[in-house]
Amino acid sequence: MFADYSMSELGAIFAMQGFAGLILFSVFVLMALGLAIIFGQMGVINMAHGEFMILGAYMTYLTSTLFEAYLPGLFSIYFFIAMIVAFFASGLLGLFVEWSMIRHLYKRPLDTLLATWGLSLILQQVYRSVFGAREVGVSIPDWMMGSLPLTDLVEIPINGIFVMVLAVAISLAVYYLMFRSSWGLQVRAISQNRVMADAVGINTAWTDRLTFGIGCGVAGVAGSAFTMIGSTGPTAGQLYIVDTFLVVVFGGAGSLLGTIASAFSISQAQSIMEFFLSGSMAKVLTLLVVVGILMIRPQGLFSLKLRK
Amino acid sequence: MLDHNPNFVLSVEGLTVSFDGFKAVDDLSFYVEPNECRVIIGPNGAGKTTVLDLICGRTRATSGSVNFKGNELLTMREDQIVHAGVGRKFQTPSVYEDLTVFENLELSYPHGYSVFGALTFRRNDTVKLRIQEIAETIFLDTLLEEKAAYLSHGQKQWLEIGMLLIQDPELLMLDEPVAGMSVAERRKTAELLNKIITDRSVIVIEHDMGFVADIATRVTVLHQGKTLSEGSMERVQSDPKVIEVYLGH
Amino acid sequence: MSIASNRLFTRQDIIGFAVLAAVVFIVLPLTLDSFRLNLFGKYLTYAFVAVGLVLCWGAGGILSLGQGVFFGLGGYCMAMFLKLEASTPENTAIQSTPGIPDFMDWNQLTALPWWWEPFNTLTFALLAVVAVPVMFAFIIGVAMFRRRVGGVYFAIITQAFAAILTILIIGQQGFTGGVNGITDLRTLQGWDIRTDAAKETLYYVNGVLLFSCLLIAQFVRKSKLGRLLIAMRDQEDRVRFSGYDVASFKIFIFCLGAAFAGIGGAMFTLQVGFMSPTLVGIVPSIEMVIFCAVGGRLSIIGAVYGALLVNWAKTSLSESFPELWLFGLGGLFIAVVMLFPNGLAGLYADHVAPRIDRLLSRKSADVGPADDTARAAAE
Ligand SMILES: Nc1ncnc2c1ncn2[C@@H]1O[C@H](COP(=O)(O)OP(=O)(O)O)[C@@H](O)[C@H]1O
Ligand SMILES: [Mg+2]
Repeated sequence: MFADYSMSELGAIFAMQGFAGLILFSVFVLMALGLAIIFGQMGVINMAHGEFMILGAYMTYLTSTLFEAYLPGLFSIYFFIAMIVAFFASGLLGLFVEWSMIRHLYKRPLDTLLATWGLSLILQQVYRSVFGAREVGVSIPDWMMGSLPLTDLVEIPINGIFVMVLAVAISLAVYYLMFRSSWGLQVRAISQNRVMADAVGINTAWTDRLTFGIGCGVAGVAGSAFTMIGSTGPTAGQLYIVDTFLVVVFGGAGSLLGTIASAFSISQAQSIMEFFLSGSMAKVLTLLVVVGILMIRPQGLFSLKLRK
Repeated sequence: MLDHNPNFVLSVEGLTVSFDGFKAVDDLSFYVEPNECRVIIGPNGAGKTTVLDLICGRTRATSGSVNFKGNELLTMREDQIVHAGVGRKFQTPSVYEDLTVFENLELSYPHGYSVFGALTFRRNDTVKLRIQEIAETIFLDTLLEEKAAYLSHGQKQWLEIGMLLIQDPELLMLDEPVAGMSVAERRKTAELLNKIITDRSVIVIEHDMGFVADIATRVTVLHQGKTLSEGSMERVQSDPKVIEVYLGH
Repeated sequence: MSIASNRLFTRQDIIGFAVLAAVVFIVLPLTLDSFRLNLFGKYLTYAFVAVGLVLCWGAGGILSLGQGVFFGLGGYCMAMFLKLEASTPENTAIQSTPGIPDFMDWNQLTALPWWWEPFNTLTFALLAVVAVPVMFAFIIGVAMFRRRVGGVYFAIITQAFAAILTILIIGQQGFTGGVNGITDLRTLQGWDIRTDAAKETLYYVNGVLLFSCLLIAQFVRKSKLGRLLIAMRDQEDRVRFSGYDVASFKIFIFCLGAAFAGIGGAMFTLQVGFMSPTLVGIVPSIEMVIFCAVGGRLSIIGAVYGALLVNWAKTSLSESFPELWLFGLGGLFIAVVMLFPNGLAGLYADHVAPRIDRLLSRKSADVGPADDTARAAAE
């Protein structure tokens, strides 16, 4: 199959394919970060995670429409405002959901899973009623369009680079929050020994709520970033669920580094296989390999050895 | 050293487990004779529970050997270890709260272990009689129909002991059986234990010194995963090392 | 459950089975036209899955979010047989390769794939309806339960399987019929399954099979294995250290649930006339869990009512108010978890069963006191 291409063409194909893999990697990281916080630190399965991302995407859409209509002069920077709006919209909804639902179910993880699935159905219908069933796309500012020519043959799209930069920035922010802030310290303390954390005066209830809220907020920012590379529909969130959960579980719940490493290996595996196989078979094989490895190593790539 | 010394029921040799570099049990050796009641004492975090976990297969050892009547337990699955004749009571009472006392005991009745066996298990008179007998021993014969969830803490501890007794193990391991009990319950439990430890080997973890003196054949003092002292109660109690790290406060 | 009455059926069980039998075999056929009856027959095929979930999830605490996989596998095995029977060379004379299913011809296949061949025989297909799902469940079960993967991890991984199988079926349309599934099924050994009379017969066959599965489930629940499942759900370690190989019990119950689901899937294919990936994926799989939860996760009879009610509500609501339906279903998930964790069966056991018991005890007071309690009915 390589015979038809010249060397430089082959090089270009691999470079582009590698780059496509990197974009997929960024997407996975963005999707998984919020979940890694919520599932990794609290053990809560949030099946509505995708819908929190979609909320961020719709908020970005709204912001872009508003800027277009009322502040066209500032349109080139609307996206940064939109991310903040997305973070707070999804985060506040997260706080509310934790308060009204999740906190009653901490001892029943499987029930949390079902209840949040119900929530995801409701949110989908809300999006459909408010924004319509059709997919919406945001207008991308001029500077983000087009691509950067690296060589004659290799071009990389600017919005792709932007998503990658965002993924790095948000990972750093989450890392900082988890390992340098007092909230992060409390979260980690609770995840290791809840009773003890309670006893030494950590407000576990409030920390849980904040953790859930921040995880949802990060999901919102991820959704915001996705509008730069694709359009948004009411049920788009469901498409992400399996990938996102597998990335987090495969990385080893509770390990941020594991989440990133797993996002990297899964995305690279998938994009490399996509070169040789049809898209759907590449996906099937990637998922099967991940599930297969999880069966051999249920604790994931990176894990802490905790007492049962 | 011989593979298996028939004078001992249980030979633990060089037993070590390390959790991410922390050695909770460190090159531990001890031997239990038939009909012996061995009490393990030691400060919190000394590794007592972990030793029992290692013997019954709940935690996998890093190195060493645990020989029970000629079987190497470290390579066996938990249920196989039970079938070999080792019974284990947990530190916190673990009984099936949604089932009745009778059903709790029935599930421990040593019969019908396979899937097929469990499907075809019949509650015949032999089973009922045996459960009745055990229930009397553990003071719960009037509560057979009660859900285990409604028992007191002490009664749950007894129930768990009964669930082990019904299997008639050759080696019985009890982790803090009187912890959290009232004085009256403690006395009754001592009476119960004295009754059941006569014709089998027993390993008990306990803090209550009066209680220990009452039942122990030999005592092992554990400290930071290692044996600090071993011997009769009097010998251990007068050992200056033991007084310093454990009894002295 | 009292010591003396470890019988297969308590009085409440008998009432439950009898009422359900009356509903399925008498009330529904008498009150519904043949179109609606066929619709309810379809709902009842989901009940097979829900009953399996009562055993796995309600009793054993193993939540599978991939039951659609087994439903689909059973359904596809049946559909493959029916499709081959419908694809005679005469029926498919206009194709470039006559004698193979139409979708294969559209996808430029020129011969029947080897693994389709055995599905020319009905016996093989019927065996496969149960054996294929059970085999898959066995492999997944051994891999997961031997390694002590459970709880939410198990749920997520079974969900991943539902996603994988859907993508695979859609992607390999030459072999599977793709997103449309296997359609245009006509006859079963010459018997036209599309007529009203045939559909009515199939409804009764479905009912009988469902009751057979219910009886098996009842037997398992009342055996020691049933009590072991409950014990494992609450204190897995204690069961293990009482000498049981916990994994083998989980594998067994998971395979049994898969077998039920496979039969349900095959009956779906027969009654509805097609099988497609829309019944396999993440969404149908998790909806099957809600049928079970609404009926009461601890009650096999409740699971049947759950499947009937939720689907009936879905059909009626999504016909007239499609927007309302998703709100309703979403709300149902939340409500059943937060407000009625024991579903309809729980409400029945709390409010109806004691009255029936009181009524019956009064009548039989001179014969002897009733030994069955309402609590037994809830189990
Ligand atoms: N699975 C495990 N992972 C990490 N540390 C463990 C594990 N099991 C036990 N430990 C540690 O080993 C030490 C001994 O614990 P334990 O045997 O429970 O002590 P004891 O029963 O004597 O109070 C403790 O410091 C405990 O934290
Ligand atoms: Mg201890």
